[in-house]
Amino acid sequence: MDLVTPELLAKYEPVIGLEVHVQLATRTKIFCSCPTSFGAPPNTNVCPVCLGLPGALPVLSREAVELGVRAALALNCHVRAMSRFARKNYFYPDLPKGYQISQYDEPLAENGWVEIAGDGRHKRIGITRVHMEDDAGKSIHDGFRDSDRYSYVDLNRCGTPLIEIVSEPDLRSADEAYAYLTELKQTLQFAEVSTCDMEKGHLRCDANVSVRLRGAEKFGTKAEVKNVNSFRFVKQALEYEIARQVALLAGGGKVDQETRLFNPNTGETVGMRSKEHAHDYRYFPEPDLAPLRISESWLAAIRASMPELPAQKRARFIEGYGLRDYDAQVLTSTREVSEFYETVARVSGDPRTAANWVSTELMGLLNAEGKPVTESPVSAERLGELVGLIKSGAISNKLAKEIFPKMFSTGEAASVIIEREGLKQISDAGALEQIVDGVLAANPKQVEQYRGGKSTVLGFLVGQVMKASRGQANPQKVNELLKAKLG
Amino acid sequence: MDIASLTIDRIHEGLRRRAFSAAELAQAALAFAERENPRTNAYLHFAPERALAAAQRVDRQLAAGEPPGKLAGVPIAVKDVIVTQGLRTTCGSRLLANYVPPYDATAVERLEAAGGVMIGKANCDEFAMGSSNENSAFGPVRNPVAPDRVPGGSSGGSAAVVAQGTAVVSLGSDTGGSIRQPASFCGVVGVTPTYGRVSRYGLVAFASSLDHIGPFGRNVKDAATLLEVIAGRDERDATSAFAPVPDYTASLGESVRGMKIGLPKEYFTGLASETGDLMHAAVAQLEKLGCQVREISLPATGYAIACYYIICTAEASSNLARYDGVRYTYRSPGAQTLLDMYRQTRGEGFGAECKRRIMLGTYVLSAGYYDAYYLKAQKVRTLIARDFQNAFGEVDAIVAPVSPSPAFKIGEKIDDPLEMYLSDIYTITGDLAGIPCMSVPCGRTAEGLPVGMQILCNHFQEETMFKLAAAYESARGF
Repeated sequence: MDLVTPELLAKYEPVIGLEVHVQLATRTKIFCSCPTSFGAPPNTNVCPVCLGLPGALPVLSREAVELGVRAALALNCHVRAMSRFARKNYFYPDLPKGYQISQYDEPLAENGWVEIAGDGRHKRIGITRVHMEDDAGKSIHDGFRDSDRYSYVDLNRCGTPLIEIVSEPDLRSADEAYAYLTELKQTLQFAEVSTCDMEKGHLRCDANVSVRLRGAEKFGTKAEVKNVNSFRFVKQALEYEIARQVALLAGGGKVDQETRLFNPNTGETVGMRSKEHAHDYRYFPEPDLAPLRISESWLAAIRASMPELPAQKRARFIEGYGLRDYDAQVLTSTREVSEFYETVARVSGDPRTAANWVSTELMGLLNAEGKPVTESPVSAERLGELVGLIKSGAISNKLAKEIFPKMFSTGEAASVIIEREGLKQISDAGALEQIVDGVLAANPKQVEQYRGGKSTVLGFLVGQVMKASRGQANPQKVNELLKAKLG
Repeated sequence: MDIASLTIDRIHEGLRRRAFSAAELAQAALAFAERENPRTNAYLHFAPERALAAAQRVDRQLAAGEPPGKLAGVPIAVKDVIVTQGLRTTCGSRLLANYVPPYDATAVERLEAAGGVMIGKANCDEFAMGSSNENSAFGPVRNPVAPDRVPGGSSGGSAAVVAQGTAVVSLGSDTGGSIRQPASFCGVVGVTPTYGRVSRYGLVAFASSLDHIGPFGRNVKDAATLLEVIAGRDERDATSAFAPVPDYTASLGESVRGMKIGLPKEYFTGLASETGDLMHAAVAQLEKLGCQVREISLPATGYAIACYYIICTAEASSNLARYDGVRYTYRSPGAQTLLDMYRQTRGEGFGAECKRRIMLGTYVLSAGYYDAYYLKAQKVRTLIARDFQNAFGEVDAIVAPVSPSPAFKIGEKIDDPLEMYLSDIYTITGDLAGIPCMSVPCGRTAEGLPVGMQILCNHFQEETMFKLAAAYESARGF
């Protein structure tokens, strides 16, 4: 960033809070039974309710509430026994009711936290609140023949259930914001609340940013940065915005409280044309919906159905399987990866080797083909068998690395490939002795050198034995046998 | 066939004796209504094809020996704020002059399922806002009893068609007296059921927490029958009640001896003298029937108008936001920007009363005013409801006037909104409390203007209310 020098930047502390909108993975919309499927022809997944036609009324989806509660629990929030929907009034063509049904002073849940890792230490980021709301439609301003004169509106997205997750202003750098989003996304995916697919707009983020001199107590004036639709962009937008504000303040200026749009092409944020008046959404309780009551028993049932979340899983992998922090991180990146890994670990009986195989060999091949773990041609059971064969000494690690790509391309079991290609490790003393004798006979010069005290020659001889056995000889046994023969 | 004298019972009798078919009745009723309409402007449009199809269904059922529905063959008008599939629903507004809904309101579905024959849509104040029906974009309705006078509002058309006899029963809506006041002005029975008793699905919202659909009839039994058909839980309305619907007509005719009646003293001040006299005569009649009448107090009554006009305007300002020119409404031609489109469409589309209420409602919800107005009004609403709860601890029903005076002249109050609002002073409390209430005719002034008596009961006590109304009606001589 050329706006400010690193020295100047270091004098200031950024204060960041994020507002994240997440689309709940329900089959139907929040207040009607229209499907939420993505990519349907414009204005086809609609009905009088989500079109906001005169006389239509919203009816709250139980499934949406359950997913909202799951999210709240996953984020360690207190779920309110009673919450209330409220209307947020504003005019826009893709908002057919003229208001959004959201929650205001009585949200679904409050006072949660997520833990992020940074610089080897853990930090808790507070969650102020989680509330439910319906999504608006989409305005399409270009791409049509007459886009110079008209905007088009697609209302398929109207009424899609969202939760908004508001963090405390606890984040102190763009990196922390990135880590927070990553943790949030993982957690919500594990809890099966949302696919969090950013490309489909299932996760959207606005950032509130201010800076203050390090050591200052008072927060600076914040700007809200909108339109950041990838984690990388969030980081980029925040870095830009922080530098911009520092440059402003250091130059004797002041930060305006405003909404700024991130431009992914330039990496900069640009102030939106300032409105004459601040928006007044005129919130008031939604009279078409009764207050939402979540009974103790309902809450308990949802709590009981919660899966293990990434943070808990990581801790268990580290303590229970002796994995390194980094491996635990990689192996909990998604619920599917973690489940795959746990199967490999269980079947092989060697969690640490299993961790290497999943995170390195398997991921390497999957990434090369751009496949998720759910589409792995090698099942977790079969990879487990392969790792088990290494553990039992039936094959060497080296041999396994030759077998694995074959498994990956054919989908066959390791045992089938080993059988067909005759690749089993030779540990049988008789068979090995024969090969060793042959190698010794063929290399008299090296034998002489070894016996003359040049012990490094041993490696060459081992290599020759391995070569003659087509890699199948058990290297440890070969070593022992050679030493014995060379006495 | 004297359509104007028909009741549901007489229609069913006629159908049974094959004196006429449902189709014949529908055609006759439509012809009568179309002939009468220029005198009152009570119908905005007719539904001849739909009516005939419904009537023919009834005739086929009867021919097949199937039991007829409770409303079999009954000509019904529906207030034009209740949506009807394929049939224009204008809400009395220029903005929806050409709006054809793609679905039916639950109440309409139910009345047709019971064999009802919807013949047309009744005129009303724009978006149900008004007390005189003068706020309709399609012209005022004239009171069939006195054509230079208003029929009341906002359900003026629904009351007028029943009074003139072109429909046997009708559906109206009540947010602050919009059923009872016109029923009183036109001399018919009008019922505002318990909030949640009838689904609001398909009732174009004015003030959601106060809106009710309810029936008009020329007698208590007809109104009770229509309510019975449309009442009951509807999954499409989250505020609709689960309570089972009793047979409202079963207890009609039972004695009301010993029934405890409260007369709220706050409701008997400021009455026009003839209205007061008629009320006192009605009360004397109730005593003669053996009712125990006593004075009670509903102390929060004085705050009702202020409370009501804050809550209803707040909700209206939000409910009416959707009429923005984007899709199905009138759109002002020539606007160059989005903001201009909104401003011009709404500026040209809404009538004065709607604009007044949208502005009031926007104001009371604005940041910095919300607590002082909206929140305070909600608290007052709770006090008003509590008054009634206390009263119903002592009495079975409350009897009060419907409106301070009978039907006023067209144009008389249109330039004085406050004076107009005061004509609802006795009816808005029932809506604020969400309790069932109704107007039953209790006589006419010397000029021949009808006056209604209001009966209010506790939540879901429609049976008690109908029983008392029917006993009174029968004693007075229908």
